[in-house]
Amino acid sequence: MDIFLELSENLQNGEAERVGILTRKALEEGLEPRKILDDALIAGMTIIGDRFKAHEIFLPDVLLAAKAMYAGMDVLRPFLINEGIPTIGKIVIGTVQGDLHDIGKNLVAIFLRGAGFDVIDLGNNVPPERFIDSALSEKAQVLGMSALLTTTMPTMKKVIDLAKLRGVRDRFKIIVGGASLSWEYARSIGADAYCFDGMNAVDCVKGFIAK
Amino acid sequence: MMCEIINIPVINTVPSTADILRAQGISKNEVPNRKTVVLIDETIQRLMNTIRPVGILLGISKDDFAVIYEGEGMNEPQAPLGRIFGFGDDLAIFIVTLGESVSREISDHFNNKDLALASMLDSAASEAAEMAAANIESHYRSYLKRIGRLDVSTGIMRFSPGYCGWHIGAQKKLFDFLKPHQIGVALNDSLLMQPLKSISGVIVSGRKEIFNFDDSFSFCADCITHSCQDRIKAIYEKEQFN
Repeated sequence: MDIFLELSENLQNGEAERVGILTRKALEEGLEPRKILDDALIAGMTIIGDRFKAHEIFLPDVLLAAKAMYAGMDVLRPFLINEGIPTIGKIVIGTVQGDLHDIGKNLVAIFLRGAGFDVIDLGNNVPPERFIDSALSEKAQVLGMSALLTTTMPTMKKVIDLAKLRGVRDRFKIIVGGASLSWEYARSIGADAYCFDGMNAVDCVKGFIAK
Repeated sequence: MMCEIINIPVINTVPSTADILRAQGISKNEVPNRKTVVLIDETIQRLMNTIRPVGILLGISKDDFAVIYEGEGMNEPQAPLGRIFGFGDDLAIFIVTLGESVSREISDHFNNKDLALASMLDSAASEAAEMAAANIESHYRSYLKRIGRLDVSTGIMRFSPGYCGWHIGAQKKLFDFLKPHQIGVALNDSLLMQPLKSISGVIVSGRKEIFNFDDSFSFCADCITHSCQDRIKAIYEKEQFN
């Protein structure tokens, strides 16, 4: 079997250990790290994403596949860093100040990484200044904010207002998400998009990057 | 007025496989694969080893609860609880928690890239917290029965700040009355309870009819579950007296 196909299939089956072994084998065979990443790992995660969207598989299957992808990425990372290969886009993401819920944000980060984006995860309880500073220093194309509580949602507006105040609002797109949010709320605070789940965030960010 | 700290047996809060699967987006009509089944077993085991469910329950007068309910004056004018508690016969406020360890374990699994286990444990813990709150409600029901305040016409329902038009701002006064530091629960500036897997609220006991309301208020549009209708139905289906 073609090693890329074998890698992709093992990734889709959530066989993390096997993906690590096969990634090393592919490198030993002289295959380019970038091709291994694009044609095996990201290709496998794209199939997983499509099957998840089609309700053929479920969240645990996606997360097992994501763990397998990380196992491959861990092997590739030193080579990718050496080659300075750019990713398809960079996103800074975090849960806003005052909010400690980060499961939803973590899932969005997993989906974005699986689609090939470079995700800088700031964690939870992130102050507005840190969101803006990180997005600028990382030269991120997209800034993502998560909030679960109605009491912490207004902090998203504080971040957007701070970006405007510092004259950097046009440097990156801003996406927001969280159980209590809606498109209406996202618009009202001046965000560029509301993402209701991880796959939706991938589609949304891909749309921004393509423009 | 009753005031009790209740240690809830772990076994009473372990969610069913079907509940965990539903929380993971897998309905009862769908068959999970072998890996998911193995993951559920591990999740349940870890949950049972990690959680320490405990609650605090305090009987409260309508006048005192009116102060809590009002909170910071930000409730929806049509919030059903505003009408219901006035017609209630007995009220008790509560906070229940699973403890901090389970949240730490969930974070550890995410950090170790055991993503599926982390996500499933989070879902299972949320379900377990709901079951712990249901245990507190049962405890209150037993108490009311014991003191002769329950009969066949009585219904019992619980409500939490942040839902059904009751603004989350009420948490502050709820905490003032309950003093839940005794069970290790604190409130941050965003009114977020720590440990995260904690639930607060009020349990109202009264004639079944007082709980009837439709889910057609403007604030219902933001609700994901609309579980109120099932809970109202359960009052009539379940024999509350037993």
